Amino acid sequence: MLSVANLSVSYGAINAVDGVSFAVPAGAIVTLIGGNGAGKTTTLRALSGLLRTRGGSITFDGADLTRLPPHEIVARGLGHVPEGRMIFANLTVDENLAMGAYLQHDRQRIAENRDYVFGIFPRLKERLRQSAGTLSGGEQQMLAIGRALMGSPKFLMLDEPSLGLAPRLVGTIFEKIQEINRSHGLTILLVEQNARLALEVSSHAHVLETGRVVMSGPSAELRADPRLKAAYLGG
Amino acid sequence: MTEFLQQLVNGLSLGAIYALIALGYTMVYGVLRFINFAHSEVFMVGAMIGLGLGRHLPEGTLWGGLVVLTAAMAGSALLGVTIERLVYRPLRGTATLNVLITAIGVSLLLQSVFQHPQVFGATPQLFPAVFPVKKIGFGDLVISSNQLVVITVAALLIVVLQLVVFRTRMGTAMRAVALNPQAAQLVGVNLNAVISFTFALGSALAGAGGVLYALNYPSVEPLMGVMPGLKAFVAAVLGGIGSIPGAALGGLILGTVETLVGGSAALSTYKDAIAFAVLILILLCRPTGLLGRSTAEKV
Ligand SMILES: Nc1ncnc2c1ncn2[C@@H]1O[C@H](COP(=O)(O)OP(=O)(O)OP(=O)(O)O)[C@@H](O)[C@H]1O
Ligand SMILES: [Mg+2]
Repeated sequence: MLSVANLSVSYGAINAVDGVSFAVPAGAIVTLIGGNGAGKTTTLRALSGLLRTRGGSITFDGADLTRLPPHEIVARGLGHVPEGRMIFANLTVDENLAMGAYLQHDRQRIAENRDYVFGIFPRLKERLRQSAGTLSGGEQQMLAIGRALMGSPKFLMLDEPSLGLAPRLVGTIFEKIQEINRSHGLTILLVEQNARLALEVSSHAHVLETGRVVMSGPSAELRADPRLKAAYLGG
Repeated sequence: MTEFLQQLVNGLSLGAIYALIALGYTMVYGVLRFINFAHSEVFMVGAMIGLGLGRHLPEGTLWGGLVVLTAAMAGSALLGVTIERLVYRPLRGTATLNVLITAIGVSLLLQSVFQHPQVFGATPQLFPAVFPVKKIGFGDLVISSNQLVVITVAALLIVVLQLVVFRTRMGTAMRAVALNPQAAQLVGVNLNAVISFTFALGSALAGAGGVLYALNYPSVEPLMGVMPGLKAFVAAVLGGIGSIPGAALGGLILGTVETLVGGSAALSTYKDAIAFAVLILILLCRPTGLLGRSTAEKV
């Protein structure tokens, strides 16, 4: 469904992403793992068009996305739950969800998406009138995911959904991610520092280090790999 | 008492013009976090367009006045969008200071172009009375029809602006960009379209301000934007930069204070100093301006 070939992105002289290639088959959960500054966020931002690429290509559903602006990429069904969530803090939960449906014109579809989001995150329904900035960290993450789902994506990218959440909540969010993938057949690209969890829910994984893919394979195999165990899974 | 009311009306009509200009500063700041210092010259060009067209129209008719006003707004909108497209957009993403200095450059460029004798020259020229001229008396209070035009037009434009920002799709997109440009793009907002639209809207208001100002003054010259532009910028900061109601309120307060102080013989020399002292006082008490929000700002 998505294929990235030789992607390079730089900030001035720094090559944050340097010749990264990977593919995400339709219906799968694929994860990118790696430590601080490995280039995970940079990769996702290039995929959504927020950053210009220096080289390489991005193909989605057979179409070349490499030079498209973000709004056209969203319109093609690529959803992105960004690092740090980036909810509209001054708006209510309801208004945030409405913003998520900015490109949706079919009222019926919008209503269905809302029901779908409330089905996954009933908590959001209880908080509709609350200003999004006053939500707890976990609720904000739910809202960020809910907002992305309001855009009817075919493909969802999640950037460290576990960041800053209590362990119990991390479990909940990951269950929801699997539920979204299973019940809706939504293809997912998951970026995580929490390698153990990411490898549990995904079918394939790619390990990034200083802007390059250093290891790739089925998640079950990587989980057993001694090098990966030593570096990312705490031995 | 009548004297006070008279000055109040004068102050409100001046303040309404400051408000129109201030809205452009605040809207551009809202979406781009940068002060468009060329905005005061868009105001001047609006007046110039009004002058150019007004000379060819019969004086003292409502339709003529409205045609002049509309043309000045359209021309100014086009100028604002063009400046953004040709100058600011290529610089987007570079240091804010570079863009600020460039904006000052655009401002000086427009002043010089109009100072060229072939274009306009340095001598002020009389602005035609394009709207009907009447003095309306309420007891001892005299309101000129021009003041009425200024206040009515400004109030209508501010209401329309409020509707655009809060009731239209483009307005929704503007608000999303002002809150978080990246998140806005990730829900599908076309950033460049929003920025162009914001420049068009803000510049149209400045163009209207230019005609209204020229109508009351009543003359036009290439440096006419400098002081009103500066005052309007101050008004935008006073009201809370980024806040639309704040810019309107800030403009009205500044215009009123300035006129009231200027009307007293003892203080009139210090009217600008006092107006700025008011600004400093308000900002000391409320650093984000009267209606500004203290949301964390990423510079
Ligand atoms: N705006 C920027 N300007 C300059 N360098 C940047 C910028 N953003 C990121 N970088 C650099 O690019 C590299 C990759 O950063 P990136 O944010 O993609 O890492 P990451 O894998 O997402 O890390 P983390 O897990 O900590 O979020 C880092 O070396 C970082 O310092
Ligand atoms: Mg990151």
